Amino acid sequence: MTQPIITLHHVTKRYGDATILKNINLTLESGKFYTLLGPSGCGKTTILRTIAGFTDVSTGDVLFAGKRINDVPANKRNVNTVFQDYALFPHMTVAENVAFGLTLKKLPKKEIAKRVTQALQLVQLADYGDREISALSGGQQQRIAIARAIVMEPQVLLLDEPLSALDAKLRRQMQAELRDLQQRLGITFLFVTHDQEEALAMSDEIFVMNQGEVLQSGSPVDIYDEPINHFVADFIGESNILPGKMIADFEVAFGGHQFECADAGIPVNEPVEIVIRPEDLTLTDLAQAKLTVTIDAQLFRGDYYEITATDNLGNHWLIHSVNPTEDGERVGITFRPQDLHVMRFGEKEAEFDARLETYETEDDGHDEA
Amino acid sequence: MTKRKTWLYAIPYGLWLALFVIAPVALIIYQSFFDLSHHLTISNYTTYFQSATYLKMTLNSVWVAFLITLFTILISYPTAYFLHHLKHRQFWLLLVILPTWINILLKAYAFIGIFSQAGLANQFLTFIGIGPQQILFTTASFIFVATYIQIPFMILPIFNALDDLNPAFINASKDLGASGWQTFHHIIFPLTLPGVKAGIQAVFIPSLSLFMLTRLIGGNKVITLGTAIEEHFLTTMNWGMGSTIGVILIVAMIIVMTLTGDQQSKGGTPR
Repeated sequence: MTQPIITLHHVTKRYGDATILKNINLTLESGKFYTLLGPSGCGKTTILRTIAGFTDVSTGDVLFAGKRINDVPANKRNVNTVFQDYALFPHMTVAENVAFGLTLKKLPKKEIAKRVTQALQLVQLADYGDREISALSGGQQQRIAIARAIVMEPQVLLLDEPLSALDAKLRRQMQAELRDLQQRLGITFLFVTHDQEEALAMSDEIFVMNQGEVLQSGSPVDIYDEPINHFVADFIGESNILPGKMIADFEVAFGGHQFECADAGIPVNEPVEIVIRPEDLTLTDLAQAKLTVTIDAQLFRGDYYEITATDNLGNHWLIHSVNPTEDGERVGITFRPQDLHVMRFGEKEAEFDARLETYETEDDGHDEA
Repeated sequence: MTKRKTWLYAIPYGLWLALFVIAPVALIIYQSFFDLSHHLTISNYTTYFQSATYLKMTLNSVWVAFLITLFTILISYPTAYFLHHLKHRQFWLLLVILPTWINILLKAYAFIGIFSQAGLANQFLTFIGIGPQQILFTTASFIFVATYIQIPFMILPIFNALDDLNPAFINASKDLGASGWQTFHHIIFPLTLPGVKAGIQAVFIPSLSLFMLTRLIGGNKVITLGTAIEEHFLTTMNWGMGSTIGVILIVAMIIVMTLTGDQQSKGGTPR
């Protein structure tokens, strides 16, 4: 493993009585795309600000390439930020905005002009240098904000919900562009968002946060398939979360039946929660059914039907199906053992990871697709 | 129906405009074309532009108003900047605004007391060994008191401009490597310049026409445009000449408004 570029070591942040960050530990490696994901007020932006140098930490250390930078002011840190509302200077043109940081460094005019042009080309706004900021659309301002940051050639780029002000279509386009840009530049991106779809689409690694804590970190697939607790399962994607009980390793009971599952290492008879993603549920005839449900309603979503149903015990189910069904009809649903994910109450990430180690090593047949 | 109602709301403003803006200005312009014997003439203007005394008086008045405005800015900008960083800034700002509620004459009389031969200022000078000086009835004391009176009108728009400044601009500037001073020089000051300009508008023109202070504090050593107008209307009864200087004052006002107005500056309005 290479030297981490950013490390937060036991970082806490308090404002008066309120604790914004509770003992945050995280490590960012060079050249990866990281996302801090969580609801508003969870402390994700505060983490970004501690790395940028806009906020002091109450306790703990912020390390940059192994050096403690707690006391280094923002203007001396080799990180740059793309702000939520872009913060483009309204009294300067596009080119002057992008050149601002280089001008302060007193670089030769020629080099500044060259690098500004390159940065503008990188965000596909090469001809916009002379424009006023107020004459740009939201998406263009977004790109200029990125150009202004990357022209400084930072080792880490911090992005504070930069896509939240854009409309849905532009947002999707920018997600792809940001990911592409990160890979071309090969620098570390730390992206803050409350949009799980955005996080899943772009990241190498996601840190899911709530109430000042990092609940779970891992690749988008890991976090989606193996959420650590109810909050993460609920926050990332749509899910059916049901109460259940562990019967034995690889066997769990819920909805009045026992099922084979892919989880182990949990004491027998422990109450647990079961997560099944709506797209992993398949409608089938009653003969092949693992569970029988009654269809309540269905919505056509374009590429799938979103079906709500109720089982015999009164549990509500959300099912994504390519084919429609009839309201009020009794149908069977089926799923594969690896589609079930068992969550223990109050399990911490370290314990969760350790438990996975115990049974996932020999057969790596865990569903990674 | 609704259109008619909206129109009704315009009546107070329309009356105001007609009675207190258009009518007086029209009257002043009208009067400025009459001489002492009520003949229609442009002699008032020719007199004004040919008289070294009038031109010198105008220049002097502009110079004094310029100095008052300059000192006001030099004191008000740092003050507004400092106040803006305080925790209970609205309260501290109120303390600055408070003196404006007191009548200007009262404040002038207070300064006569302070600056007089036996006043506080001279007691202090005596105490530190300089001895009593003639402070009252000097240009310096006039500028001092006028600056004191105008400061709140400069602080307020600058404070508001600082308040409107998006703090993200300051973070962005530091993020791009700017020191505190560079951030101030390149970002904060240019973006709060509209506040300074509004302050100049609120201070410079009134300073051109201050007239009671010129007598009470300046001892008639400083003749501003305002003093000249007052003299012509009340002492020499030359309403035509007084109106002509009034027109000059209006022209000066237009010039200042144009110079400090919102030119279609690049980048548009700061958010």
